[in-house]
Amino acid sequence: MKIKKAKRDVVVVGGGPAGLAAAVSAKKEGAPQVLLIERGRVLGGILNQCIHDGFGLHRFKQALSGPEYAQRFIDDLESLSIDVMLNTMVLSLDGERRLLVSSKDGLMEIEAGAVVLAMGCRERTAGALMLPGSRPTGVYTAGVAQTLINLQNIMVGQEAVILGSGDIGLIMARRLTLEGAKVKGVYEILPYASGLPRNIKQCLEDYQIPLHLATTVVELHGSSRLTGVTVSRVDEARRPVPGTEEFIPCDTLLLSVGLIPENELSREAGVQIDPTTGGAVVDDTLMTTVPGIFSCGNVLQVHDVVDDVSEEAESAGAHAARYAMGRMSPADTYVQLRAGKGIRYLLPQKVSGQMDFVLSARVTEPMENKALVLRDQNGKGILRKKKIRLHPAVMVRVKVDRDRLKGANRIEMGVE
Amino acid sequence: MVEAALGSQFDCLVIGAGVVGNAIARELSRFRLRVGVVEKELDVGMGTSARNSGVLHSGIHYTPGTLRAELNVEGNSMMEELCRQLKVKIDYIGKLTVAGHEEEIPTLYRLKEQGEANGVPGLEILKPEGMEKLQPGVNGLMALYSPSTGIICPYTFTIALAENAHQNGVSFFLGQEVTGIQKTESGFLVSTRQEKRFSTKVLINSAGLYSDRIARLAGINDYKIYPCRGEYLVLDKRLGHHLSTLVYPAPHKGKAGLGIHLTKTVDGNILVGPSNEYIDSPENWATTGHIMEKLREEGEGLLPSLTTSDIIRSFAGVRPKQNPPEIGGFKDFVIEAREDVRGFINLVGIESPGLTCSPAIATMVRDMVADLLPMEKREDFQPERSGRAKYFHELPAEERADLIGQDKDWGEVICRCEHITKKELIEAIQNPLGVRSISGLKFRARVMMGRCQGGFCLPRIVEILEKEFGYRPEDFFSYKEGSNFFTGYVRQPG
Repeated sequence: MKIKKAKRDVVVVGGGPAGLAAAVSAKKEGAPQVLLIERGRVLGGILNQCIHDGFGLHRFKQALSGPEYAQRFIDDLESLSIDVMLNTMVLSLDGERRLLVSSKDGLMEIEAGAVVLAMGCRERTAGALMLPGSRPTGVYTAGVAQTLINLQNIMVGQEAVILGSGDIGLIMARRLTLEGAKVKGVYEILPYASGLPRNIKQCLEDYQIPLHLATTVVELHGSSRLTGVTVSRVDEARRPVPGTEEFIPCDTLLLSVGLIPENELSREAGVQIDPTTGGAVVDDTLMTTVPGIFSCGNVLQVHDVVDDVSEEAESAGAHAARYAMGRMSPADTYVQLRAGKGIRYLLPQKVSGQMDFVLSARVTEPMENKALVLRDQNGKGILRKKKIRLHPAVMVRVKVDRDRLKGANRIEMGVE
Repeated sequence: MVEAALGSQFDCLVIGAGVVGNAIARELSRFRLRVGVVEKELDVGMGTSARNSGVLHSGIHYTPGTLRAELNVEGNSMMEELCRQLKVKIDYIGKLTVAGHEEEIPTLYRLKEQGEANGVPGLEILKPEGMEKLQPGVNGLMALYSPSTGIICPYTFTIALAENAHQNGVSFFLGQEVTGIQKTESGFLVSTRQEKRFSTKVLINSAGLYSDRIARLAGINDYKIYPCRGEYLVLDKRLGHHLSTLVYPAPHKGKAGLGIHLTKTVDGNILVGPSNEYIDSPENWATTGHIMEKLREEGEGLLPSLTTSDIIRSFAGVRPKQNPPEIGGFKDFVIEAREDVRGFINLVGIESPGLTCSPAIATMVRDMVADLLPMEKREDFQPERSGRAKYFHELPAEERADLIGQDKDWGEVICRCEHITKKELIEAIQNPLGVRSISGLKFRARVMMGRCQGGFCLPRIVEILEKEFGYRPEDFFSYKEGSNFFTGYVRQPG
C-alpha cells in the first residue's frame, strides 16, 4: 500500500475541547481546508467521561455535562463541514509542519499551512511519586478510574483512598461514593487543596468525605491487590513526620496528583517547552517557537475550567488560519513577560505588543487582599488588578490592552 | 502413584521457566526428546530473569577458570546469532568502567588483565579524550572500554526462548509449583501443589531463587540461597539519547553488585540502579522509599536534566546469592550432574551474569544430558522463532503502510506512548504459551510500559479483551492470583 499524501491549510491535532474550538475558529476565520485529527473513535476528548455538570458556566451561562458541552462544538464543526479523521494517530510532526498519521486506512503524509497542537495532557502516575511497595493492582490515576467507571461500566474497587486533591480526584471521590464504594479520605501533601473550591464543597463536604491536608501516602501494602496504604503527616518541606504514620485499609488508591501536558509531538517538531508550565513557549498569537505551529488548551497549560480552554483555543485557531492564509508573520521584536514575586508562571511568555491579549498566570501559594501588578523594565506600573483571594488552584486570567505595552520591552507580573 | 498420565511423561523435565530454564529447554528441543518445563508462576521469566538491567556482560569481572568467567565469554559470543534467530533486539553498545580516583586506576588494569585471561575481546584502557568520544560528558580519570558489552531486553529474550522451545515441541506447565520429588527406578516423579504429576528420566533444577529448596526436595542439602534485592528506577525515553554506551563505576572489593549506574535499555529508556540489599524473602519485589530516593539523587548526579516527571516506574529484582551477607561478594555458579542422585542436574546460584551465560549454560547442560540419555538430532528443529524482530513503529514507513494494507489492525495505535498497534496487542493476547495475565501483554507487546503507564491504553485494552475475547471484569489480573484489576461491573449488564 502506498503512503497517501495530502495538503491542508490548518491541521488541528486533538479533538478534545481545545481542538474542537480551534478547528471551528480556524474555519470561521476563513481557512478553506481545516482538518481535525483525533486519536479516539469519537470527538470530545476527556469531556466524554465527565458526566458531572458544571461545564459552560461562563460561556453558555448554563451548567452542562461534559458531553453536552462538547456537543455544542461538534454541532458547529459539522455545520461548517470541517474534515475530521477519527481513530487516527499522529506519529510524527516536523518543524516544516509535515505530519505522518496512521489509521486503519493506512499511512498519510500531510503538509499543513499551520498546525494547532491540542493534544491535552496526561496524568502523573504512581511511578513519578516513587511510592514504596510491591506495585499491587488497585492503584489508578483518577482519570483512568473515571474512564473505566463512566464509559466502560467497570468498577475499580470498593474501599478507596484518594491521594491528591486535584479536581478529577475530588469528582471521583463523589463518583465512587455514588456507586456504593467507601471513600476513606482524600490526602493532600500541600497545606491547601489543589482542586477548585466548589469541588471541595460539592464532592467532599456534601458527602462527608474527609480531606486531610499536609498528609500523604508513604507506602503501599499488598503484593497482589492493594490491601492498604500508610499515610503520614508532612512538614513544611513536604517530608513525612516520623511517628504520624497511620495504616488505612483499602483495596484502591486513586491518584490525582497533577497533569502533564502531552508535548512529545511538540518536542519532536522542535517546539521550545517551558519547564514550569510543561507546555510550549508561545507569543500573544499562541504561536510556539516554531513558525506556523500553535498550541492551546491543556497541552499548553493545564486549565481549571473548560470555558477558558475554548477561549484560548479559539484564539489559537484564528491565528493559525491567518498564518496559513499568509495574513500573519512572526513579530520582529517581542516584549518578554516574566513571573515575578508570588507568581509561578505567566503565559504567553512573550508578546508582540501589536494586539490585545489574555494573560494567564498562577500564583505560588494562597493569598488574600493582594494586587496583581504588571511593571515594565523600569519598574513603572502598567496594570494593577485587586484580588480578594488568590489561590494556586485558580488560574488568573487578565485581559491586557496593547496600548498599555507602549515603550515596554520587558514586563514582570508580581503579587503586591 | 507411579502411573502418571501419559502426556506427563518426559525424558527431561526442567523446573523453572526463567532465562536459564528456557534456554536449556530450547537447546534440548533440538533432539528427539520429550521435554517439559514446570513453572510456579503464570508466565515465564517472572523471577530474576525479567527483573534486571538487561546487560550482556563482557566477562571482565570474573576470576579466570571459574564457570562464570567461561560461560560469560562463551554466552556473550553466542548471543548475536541467537538473538537473530529468536528475533530479539540486541545492541552491543559497549561499556566504560570508569576510575574516578587515582587509587581506582590499578583496578582498571587488573580488570583488563583478568578480562584478557578470560578471552574478552577488544579491551582498551582509555584516557578522558577517548572516553569523551564514546560518551560525551563522561567524568573520570581513565576507563576500561569493553566493546562486547551489550544490552538486550531480558523478558523479551526469556519469552522468545520459551516460545521457540514451545514451537519445537517443548511442553510448558505454568502455574505449577513443584512440591515433591520422588526418585524412581527410571528417574523421578515430580508433583506440584496444583496436584499435577510428571514422570521424567532426567530432572533439571533451574529454579533460581528456589534452587536450594528444589535441591532439598531431591535430597540434596548442600546449598542455601540468600536473596539479595536490587531496586531500579525506569526513566522516560526522552532522556535515552544521553547514553551512547554504558558507564559503570570501578568496582570495590566486597561489594555484591557492580554499583549504581545508568543503563540504557534496547527500547530507549534508562534504568537507574540497582541497589544491593540482602532480604529475607526470595519474592520481596518491593521498592523502598529510602533507596528510591538515593537512586533519584544518584540519577540526578549522573543526568542533570532529570526531573521527577521523568521517573515512570520503579521495580526490584532479587539475585540468588550463595554467600551470606557477612561474606558478600560472588560465589561461582553450581552446575552439576549429581552422582548421588543420578539423573538430577542441579543449577544453583545462577545470578549475574546469568542472562549472558544462559545460552552457554544450556549447551553445558545439554552435554550433561547426553551422558544420561541417547540424544538424536531432530531434522525438523526450527531455530527461527515465528514473529517479528521489531515493533511496528520501528519499521520504515513504506513497510508499515504495506502491513496496514494487509491488516487494518496495524493502523490502529493502541498505546500512544510506545506507538503499539492493535495488531501487536492481539498477537500478544494470542501468545503461543497461552498466558492470560495483563503483565504478559506488557512484556510481549510493550503496552502500558510507556510514560503514561497505561493511562491511555489500559481502558482500550480492557475493551478489546471484553469485546473480542470475552473477558469479564474478574478475568483481569496483573500477574498472579489475587492481583485482580477490577471488582466487577458498575451495573450488571443486560
